[in-house]
Amino acid sequence: MSNWSWEVVAEAFPKIIDGLGITLGLTLACYGFALAFGFIWLFMRKIPIRPLRWLITWVMEFIRSTPPLVQLFFIYFAWPMVPVIGFTLNGFTSAILGLGIHFSTYIAEVYRSGIEGVGKGQWEAAKSLNFSKRQKWTKIILPQAIPPTIPMLGNYFIIMFKEVPLASTIGVAGILHIANSYGAENWTYLEPLTIVAILFLALSYPSAIIINRLEKKWNRRFDKKEALTRSKGATA
Amino acid sequence: MVHINAIIEIFPDLAKGLTITITVLIGAAFFGYLFAFIAGLCRMSSNVFLRKFTGFYVEIFRGTSLIVQLFWLYYAIPMLFGIELGSNWWAGVIAIALNYGAYMSEIVRGSILAVANGQSEAATALNMSRFQRMRLVIFPQAIRMMLPEFGNYSIQMLKATSLVSLIGMEDILYHGNIIRSTNLSQAPTVYLLVLLFYFILALPLIFLTRKMEAFSKKGVASG
Amino acid sequence: MIEPIVSFHDVHKSFGDVKVLKGIDLDIRPAEKVAIIGPSGSGKTTIIRMLMTLEEPTSGDIIVNGTNLWKMEKKGKLVRANEKHLRAVRGDIGMVFQHFNLFPHMTILENCMTAPLHVKKEGKEAVKQRSLEMLERVGLSDKVDQYPSQLSGGQKQRVAMARALVMRPKIMLFDEVTSALDPELVAEVLQVIRDIAKNDDMAMILVTHEMDFALDIADKVLFLDEGVIAEQGTAREVIEHSNNERLQEFLHRFRA
Repeated sequence: MSNWSWEVVAEAFPKIIDGLGITLGLTLACYGFALAFGFIWLFMRKIPIRPLRWLITWVMEFIRSTPPLVQLFFIYFAWPMVPVIGFTLNGFTSAILGLGIHFSTYIAEVYRSGIEGVGKGQWEAAKSLNFSKRQKWTKIILPQAIPPTIPMLGNYFIIMFKEVPLASTIGVAGILHIANSYGAENWTYLEPLTIVAILFLALSYPSAIIINRLEKKWNRRFDKKEALTRSKGATA
Repeated sequence: MVHINAIIEIFPDLAKGLTITITVLIGAAFFGYLFAFIAGLCRMSSNVFLRKFTGFYVEIFRGTSLIVQLFWLYYAIPMLFGIELGSNWWAGVIAIALNYGAYMSEIVRGSILAVANGQSEAATALNMSRFQRMRLVIFPQAIRMMLPEFGNYSIQMLKATSLVSLIGMEDILYHGNIIRSTNLSQAPTVYLLVLLFYFILALPLIFLTRKMEAFSKKGVASG
Repeated sequence: MIEPIVSFHDVHKSFGDVKVLKGIDLDIRPAEKVAIIGPSGSGKTTIIRMLMTLEEPTSGDIIVNGTNLWKMEKKGKLVRANEKHLRAVRGDIGMVFQHFNLFPHMTILENCMTAPLHVKKEGKEAVKQRSLEMLERVGLSDKVDQYPSQLSGGQKQRVAMARALVMRPKIMLFDEVTSALDPELVAEVLQVIRDIAKNDDMAMILVTHEMDFALDIADKVLFLDEGVIAEQGTAREVIEHSNNERLQEFLHRFRA
């Protein structure tokens, strides 16, 4: 442990903290984008043309099962080189698009599971009570579909937070990027990287506990068995 | 935009990275499942110390980013202890395995706990020993629940292997980056091909996962 | 006088603050058929679950075949039984559950064979022979290679009985075995129990809501109410001659 230096910690800590705003801001932006884009997938999957639906399913599968890091590089390095439609994007915007789209494919599944989780009897009941289409959704389906998805969506927020440091590879100056630069300049990675790890832990662990509590509460209210969601959703 | 000639030129260069990507995946998967079982079982142990210690491990690795863990293992560990992890291959494999092992240990634990209580009671009523209950009744059912999840995580681990390019491992992405840096105009072709490589590697895992989902629907009593 | 095969001495059981059993004394002779009746929540199931070692009594002794089930001697003192002791004593006891609890990953035949093979370490051929005999006895010879999910509730429960019988228990416990069944499937299960009661010389304890059936096959009926045995005797004594108001009320409700 002889290599640990508190002086380095004292010097690096304020610099790294400066990047926290970027990291959190990027998390929010990516997450917001993923939430919105998730809906687009949901609607695209309802397109009444079979081959198109099939294609969209596979596009989603493609995005989901290829590395987000490569997707980031594609948007940042390759997109400007695409003839006609390509244009240059800065690192921050590239990260929003890359991580946002990658996670939107997961978010879309959450939406779907929420809607499919509403029992068939509820749809039939809405029909038998002669609700309009709009009433059916706003009064019956959505009030039941949304609550169970909230803990899952919360989980994805934490996952997004932990994925955002990937953006340091395309120069977004979040906490990991600052720590790495500091490490390269002063040739000591130990303290800055440890600070970053502790910052992540300090922010994500309490959030995970809150979400876990939330989930238990919802499960109780909706009389559902505890799902495996706490273990779900690691991505690279 | 994508020229056949360019593809023919780039393809063999990227293929050079296949060995690293695949061996890292196999190593990470092997150790990841191993850690998952060890940690998952330890968390259900009656030994308080063991339980707390594995709980600590799981929360640390689930609470931080894989990329941070990878850098930490690669840069910080040698500084902290003055030892190298052997090679960057090992740093990559161990980082991915520790990270996903932590997530998957929750799958192991959750699946074992999800086997209905009545199963264990029926096994007790047949006078099975604790070990026999686990081996003959609980585990065969729990593994059916774990397999599809493990399949999903193997796809996640494949994606995660791309991170080893950041610590100088010459995987598919690394070779892609090299080509791009020498010829930026080829970037779209290069990265599309890289993505395609990963997708083709993922396909068997996707189908395997679906197979296992079908398999696990049979033969489990939960509730 | 014949030694009882099972005895309860002042057995109490609490779950948290809730006292479920408040002093149970009970003797069961070999081959005796005992029915336990009573309102739900009266602790009927807890009695047989303690005997099967699924629930530990809060106080009191349960003696099986002359051995204390939940306590063992260690350096001259009685201490809490360990798994090894429990295993040695409960070998004579078999149980059939309300929800069958068949092993879903095994075929019907494997369900029957697994315990004799692994627990009793018997030879495979002999076990298979005996399992097939038992399955024939419960009328399921044609299902041996199917999985539990392919069977009806009544068939599952008959498999569960065959599975318990293959172990040749001296004491069989039946925990509301028809409660989870559709009404039209109850009769086939009761028929099998009746057959066992007539032809086998094991002791049987039935927790049941099938009042007429219980009274028909039981040598002794226990009426359990609020954690104690409020009434016991032969079926006739209990039903026709008891002055216990709660029992009369209980029976009345069932007959109605």
